[in-house]
Amino acid sequence: MSRKKSIFDNPVFLTLMAILVGFIVGAVFLTVMGYDPVLVYTTMISGALSKPRFLSYSVVYATPLIFVGLSVAFSFRTGVFNIGAEGQFVVGSMAACLVGIFVEAPPVIHAILCFLAAAAAGAVWGVIVAAMKVKWGINEVLSMIMFNWIAFYLSNYLVTIPAIHSDGTAEATKNVADSAKILLPQAMRTGLAPSANWGILIALAFVVLVYLIIEKTTLGYELKAVGFNKNAAEYGGISVNKAVFTAMAISGALGGMGGAVHLLGLGERISLFAGQEGFGFEGISVALIGASNPIGVFFSGLFYGALKYGGSKLNLIKAPSEIIKVITGTIVFFIAISHVFKVLGKKKEGK
Amino acid sequence: MDGIINSLGTLIYATLIYSPPLLFAAMGSCFSENSGVVNIGIEGMMTIGAFAGAAVGYLTGNAWLGFLCAGLAGAAFGLLHAVATVSLNADQTIAGTAVNFLAPGVALLISKALFDSSDTPALLDAKLPMVFNGVFEGSTVWSRFFKNVFNTYSTSYLVFIVVLVVWFVFYKTKFGLRLRAVGEHPKACDTLGINVQRMRYTAVIISGFLSGLGGACVTMAITNQFRPISIVGQGFIAIAAVIFGKFRPQGAMMACLLFGFCTGLRVVLGSNNFISAQLISMIPYVVTVVVLILFVGRSRVPSANGKPYVKSR
Repeated sequence: MSRKKSIFDNPVFLTLMAILVGFIVGAVFLTVMGYDPVLVYTTMISGALSKPRFLSYSVVYATPLIFVGLSVAFSFRTGVFNIGAEGQFVVGSMAACLVGIFVEAPPVIHAILCFLAAAAAGAVWGVIVAAMKVKWGINEVLSMIMFNWIAFYLSNYLVTIPAIHSDGTAEATKNVADSAKILLPQAMRTGLAPSANWGILIALAFVVLVYLIIEKTTLGYELKAVGFNKNAAEYGGISVNKAVFTAMAISGALGGMGGAVHLLGLGERISLFAGQEGFGFEGISVALIGASNPIGVFFSGLFYGALKYGGSKLNLIKAPSEIIKVITGTIVFFIAISHVFKVLGKKKEGK
Repeated sequence: MDGIINSLGTLIYATLIYSPPLLFAAMGSCFSENSGVVNIGIEGMMTIGAFAGAAVGYLTGNAWLGFLCAGLAGAAFGLLHAVATVSLNADQTIAGTAVNFLAPGVALLISKALFDSSDTPALLDAKLPMVFNGVFEGSTVWSRFFKNVFNTYSTSYLVFIVVLVVWFVFYKTKFGLRLRAVGEHPKACDTLGINVQRMRYTAVIISGFLSGLGGACVTMAITNQFRPISIVGQGFIAIAAVIFGKFRPQGAMMACLLFGFCTGLRVVLGSNNFISAQLISMIPYVVTVVVLILFVGRSRVPSANGKPYVKSR
């Protein structure tokens, strides 16, 4: 049966609707609490976008989220829920940090080495989980939660090792060498954030790469087939185990590079943490808002980065930045139930 | 010898302090998962419970009223998760992720509105009571040991009663049989006249209630206030414990106790300077991985877990 495509079938439209609902629900909360939602939202939006400096900060905030979002989206396509992106991010930044401190290399090459180390570390972290699943049948969600915490404490341990610990008083590692950083040249940074960096272009390159892998290669086809229907894929001659390994390796590598881009662009060093930083979970929402599509992830990452940076401006007007969580939660919630609207759209047309 | 008894006492004390939040939440998770609804929102439900308990306890001065409200706050988010997953057939993982953003966000917002701070004020008299206060006095090694082991927060006793009740409900009542059946084969249940939707609603709301209670154990017993870092991953550990325990309440209990014991070990060992505190903190997670590989292995997920049930017409 052919019918005209309803606007409710369009995922971009549904996502935009979800974002709108998120802001409306946020406004209701703000009003109930006695804040002026218009003032809060204008502060957030102008705080994130109104000056080149703010805009560049939003992009810097978005870059690692795009990587983690890609990582989670890639795993979703194979039917694996990569709740372990947090841990892969952490081991990735550890690896990049070590290479950034101890390896000497000319600029660019040094940064590439850091990225490779981070990708390898993240991939290993992902493959361990895949191996536990395939070899011993251990539920991947369970082991990923454990490995997130193991990575967290490893990172804190790394900070305390004397050879790595900062020479100053800060509870952090030494700074990575300047040659490892991916900052824009000084001249280009005038008027921009001091941490404005090439990361967003690297992220864009990986968005394209992941898109090509998923949509245009046999590997991507096999992974999607496994995600769509495991048994049918196995019957069709695709090794499910191999697909899980490959997906977790690539997904882990992307998560690890998220750690690298954060460290080499914004962080410079790893600090001692009291709790998980939450990049993994933010990455999950980025992937969901981006409909697990690499290009969608790019834009939802930018959106989330701007929201995060704009939200940090709210203390200027003494408004609670936690409103961001409510907005994000509502958006994700409406994305979860968005198929209901598709059905509504169909019913309308039928009548 | 005295030193060993002292350490052992401290270890048992710490185990009994750190296990209850996980146990409550894990029992909740058992309900939800066995009914066929993946509830990854346990973490958020614990957070809102942790806040509601501390806030109501502080405002009313009544610890048990606070504890009850913690459960109700968790249940409210359970209801939200149920509406999305059971009625609207949402992807359960996505809906749970949404709860994990919403619940802590709401908790922190209300905290700022009520107390002008993301921390609630400290509970002075409204902490959950110790059970045997003043019973084991004296300065001998053994009286200290007994004090450590038995004079613990009432939630530590309560939670084992809850585990027993959950076990009984699961395996000795019609409701429990139906609950497990709904998670295995909803269509067959529907054919037999069991209301699948209502069963799942009940299970998910109970999971929210128990998670809320678990959260309150953290802010009303272990500590005496809610802070943004009160609940940092305990919900996920509880979910992990349920998978670890092969989705059975008794298995989940053992997993939670193991985890609580390892956390206790970390507290006892934390005082020495030979091993890095960071590496010691890793013990519970590493032990879990090792135990999983050596003893547990494949865990069988309830067949219909994660799948929305759409009634055919």
